[in-house]
Amino acid sequence: MGDNRLIQFYNCRILRDHQIIDEHIWIRDGKFVNPEKVFFDERKVADVQIDCKGKLIAPGFIDIQINGGFGVDFSHDIDSVDKNVGIVARGILAHGVTSFCPTVVTSEPQVYRKVLFKLRKSQGGKHGATVLGAHVEGPFISPEKKGAHLLSSIVTFDKGFDSILEIYGNLSSIAIITLAPELPHSMEVIDRLVSEGITVSIGHSSADINIAEQAVSHGASLITHLFNAMLPFHHRDPGIIGLLSSDHIDSSKVYYGIIADGVHTHPSALRIAYSTHPKGLIIVTDAISALGLDEGTHFLGEKKIEVKNNCAYIAGTSTLCGSITPFNACVQFFMRSTRCSLVEALEVSSLHPAKALGIEHSKGTLNFGSDADFVILDDDLNVYSTWIAGDCVYSASERKS
Amino acid sequence: MRLIILDEVSNVAEWSARYVLKKINDFKPGPGKYFVLGLPTGGTPLGMYKKLIEFHKQGKVSFKYVKTFNMDEYVALPRDHPESYHYYMWHNFFSHIDISPENVHILDGNAPDLHAECVRYEEDIKAAGGIHLFVGGIGPDGHIAFNEPGSSLASRTRLKTLAQETLEANARFFDNDIRKVPKEALTVGVQTVMEAQEVMILVTGSHKALALSKAIEEGVNHMWTVSAFQMHPCTIMICDEDATQELRVKTVKYFKALSSVHQKMIQD
Repeated sequence: MGDNRLIQFYNCRILRDHQIIDEHIWIRDGKFVNPEKVFFDERKVADVQIDCKGKLIAPGFIDIQINGGFGVDFSHDIDSVDKNVGIVARGILAHGVTSFCPTVVTSEPQVYRKVLFKLRKSQGGKHGATVLGAHVEGPFISPEKKGAHLLSSIVTFDKGFDSILEIYGNLSSIAIITLAPELPHSMEVIDRLVSEGITVSIGHSSADINIAEQAVSHGASLITHLFNAMLPFHHRDPGIIGLLSSDHIDSSKVYYGIIADGVHTHPSALRIAYSTHPKGLIIVTDAISALGLDEGTHFLGEKKIEVKNNCAYIAGTSTLCGSITPFNACVQFFMRSTRCSLVEALEVSSLHPAKALGIEHSKGTLNFGSDADFVILDDDLNVYSTWIAGDCVYSASERKS
Repeated sequence: MRLIILDEVSNVAEWSARYVLKKINDFKPGPGKYFVLGLPTGGTPLGMYKKLIEFHKQGKVSFKYVKTFNMDEYVALPRDHPESYHYYMWHNFFSHIDISPENVHILDGNAPDLHAECVRYEEDIKAAGGIHLFVGGIGPDGHIAFNEPGSSLASRTRLKTLAQETLEANARFFDNDIRKVPKEALTVGVQTVMEAQEVMILVTGSHKALALSKAIEEGVNHMWTVSAFQMHPCTIMICDEDATQELRVKTVKYFKALSSVHQKMIQD
């Protein structure tokens, strides 16, 4: 970062303008630069040339819902959040993730006061992926659709927008809020949040399609882990899922996270969502602390969870409580399940989440002027190396040697 | 004049690229000793550029000590417009080879003083020691560079207004809207190309057949500007079978009989 040398990556295929093309990428000062301008205006050649050996270069993956990993959890060990964010940020580099929204599940107000500030936006590098701000999933959610969240911490907007401030304290660290729009005063709260630049996501909700559409017309633009923690699709009231194909709102503006781990969403459901609204799909891991850990018992919030057969359950039950599949494995699974093109698999992992957060001018593409966050992959989407702001932050070959 | 008749477009690409490669390598360029190459744009030379890139990747040729001069450029078309010749050269050739940007010359159609730009271009060619090999293509009306029919055969680099026919033909590259087609271009003159030590002209497709016959079977005529190269001591025309359709059988037979001689021209 801040490296003003001109670096050229050649012998590669890149994702640009919805196509995989044979093209080089050029980087300076942590951004992608237009080499044609450098050539004709500055009359300069690259200071460093890197041979990519025919590999694929894609924008760095963006995970907008991740609760923890590598033994730590953003909502649990609240006294060591700094350290924990660091552990996860570093760990997910190997999965091709260059930026993420650390996610806090439904918690008590004192947790938010302590944790949120430490999840504020921060530039990534060798120390770990960029933090794009927190995703607060709750506590303004439906008790009926709480999933693994703690019932006793769930609250309502009884004071309108003031309830938001009362619970979270400062909003400056928050990128995404997942809320249930059927709660009274939701619409005025959504209006305010959107005007503050926060992405409002509908989730953990029993909303019918009318309420969901109303939320979107007020500015909600995201759905949290589609199919999970919402009413199942019904042909007379398709509920939140109906937003994917609504004629009352502009569905093209609705994005939806989906856990493509092969466990939380059946491949058939993935295909239905994808074929209905491909441009809105966003892969999320929804990973929990057990991501990257062996089988056994771990913690999520204040609950014990158990990992067996690559799945995480609330200990002693059969309730799924989050995924432990690495991001790049989700992309692979998604591509296999939907038989989508390589371009589409890469865009649901980068461009779409960037758009949902309104940061597509700086992240999620390899466009000139964007942050040089990218991942070098083989054709099976195995991560070969990960780069943030033009620096190599992870390399699979170094790991092995 | 030599006429090299090859079966197909791909053979023309391969032959011309191998010839350029051989000329560069035989010259043994190095620091202070640059090979100077004149270059065209358009559909015909694309295959040659592809081959040259391939040869470069195989380590058979380096452009480190090559200087290039392009034939022409539109006036007032943004440089990053996909139809600009800067854009064409960058994407189809320069970005794939090891040429130094300071050795690349393309007329600047956005220069504040277009006349001065043309004068400077001629001076730059002179300063480079003249052009060793000028590669060109021709239009169906026999124009070379933007030297439209009627151009002076003694012309030098200058501003040219494009013929209505050219504008109409080019509209397909500009959203089929003729108003968007640049109406002027800067181009090297016929005489500028004539002064190159060697000229190689690529002609492919039946739509170029009449122009080819005018170029080699009839007299020098400023209505078919490419015919001027009959007066050049060292010109090679390379064409495919389709482009020979308007030639006399006698002409074709004569040049085809020389094919073994021609093959030697590109041997290592």
